[in-house]
Amino acid sequence: MAQKKTLATTSLAGCFGCHMSFLDMDTRLIDFFELVELDKSPLNDIKEFTRKIDIGFIEGGVCNTENVRALRSFRKNCRILVCVGECAIMGGLPALRNNIPLQECLEEAYIKVPTTQTHEATIPNHEDIPKILDKVYPCHEVVKIDHYIPGCPPSADTLWATLTALVEGREPSLDYGLLKYD
Amino acid sequence: MNGKVRLTIDGQEIFAEKGADLIDVAREHGVYIPHLCYTGDRGKCLGTCRVCTIRWKRHYVAACVLKTEEGMELTVHTPELSDLRKGLVELLFVEGNHFCPSCEKSGDCKLQALGYRLEMKAPRFHYRFNNREIDFSADKILFEHNRCILCKRCTHKFMDDEGQRVFYFKGKGTDLEVTMSIDRANGLSDDLVDRLVALCPVGAILKKGKGFDRPYGSRKYDRSAIGTDIEE
Repeated sequence: MAQKKTLATTSLAGCFGCHMSFLDMDTRLIDFFELVELDKSPLNDIKEFTRKIDIGFIEGGVCNTENVRALRSFRKNCRILVCVGECAIMGGLPALRNNIPLQECLEEAYIKVPTTQTHEATIPNHEDIPKILDKVYPCHEVVKIDHYIPGCPPSADTLWATLTALVEGREPSLDYGLLKYD
Repeated sequence: MNGKVRLTIDGQEIFAEKGADLIDVAREHGVYIPHLCYTGDRGKCLGTCRVCTIRWKRHYVAACVLKTEEGMELTVHTPELSDLRKGLVELLFVEGNHFCPSCEKSGDCKLQALGYRLEMKAPRFHYRFNNREIDFSADKILFEHNRCILCKRCTHKFMDDEGQRVFYFKGKGTDLEVTMSIDRANGLSDDLVDRLVALCPVGAILKKGKGFDRPYGSRKYDRSAIGTDIEE
């Protein structure tokens, strides 16, 4: 039996909707995991890379320094890197803050929010907290990306078509109706 | 009577009336030339989006400005021209803030439909994340400048009941934007607003209070690609 391909996944500035869509492959997951072994992923809580991975699945855009570190780590450790979903491709919903000054965003979230107690209102700032970037960036503006799967989230059929093609070493192609931006 | 002329599109011989709009002639013969700003109303073409670029006499020309002539040899569908059109669509995507999941026009948007047809998965250019305002000032219309592709359809192809323009261009270069006469916009009937919203190829002009009105799967470009009705 041929050796299984390895898959690593992560969610950067995303909502985990693309991961949910991945799980939405339902019973096809059984066939998928006949061919693929899941390595570092939030789905199995493996936190570190211990070997070179065949396919890296990136959900979400890049909004803070931890996202940059995680994305660069994926690029270094994955042979093929796949951007999944609108956030990874163009910043998506988090990128709606791109035209609002950062200070204003932080004040809105931590100072002016109705649930904050006025005397305790402060913007968190600690060396252990990742620094937020000036804008939310698409992944391909930070590292080289090999393939893209658009959608918000991409349907399970779209993920199945692309991921099985990559596992089998084929160039992914999507039938009309599988390529969606919404 | 202008008489008939003979021309070829990708080697296919076509006889058409002399001086006719090329995109319409191609359509009548089952050839879809992708386009965004072209309205097909036989009026003056706009020539703004350039998505209809084809090759004629070794030059790249916008098909919407061409009229049929005797002996034209035109190239419409090649991998190179498809990539060029895809590049133009990508430029429109990165120049505005086109976040399809939150757009009411999604599924009916011509720009998005062209992205699907040309198999654009991600633009090859950097996103500009331009900072543009949304104009809520009219009673029935919402103008979302983040999605406007400056195609000139609303400024040049739309008039109110009195035959007056409602939309104008303001500014130059990167500051160019569409602005509207609030009084004239408020005077539009519901039917005219519906026509206006349909005229806008993207989700820049929307009817207030409408929002998302159809589920996924039942929208215009959900099941078949833009132009396939012409090619059948």
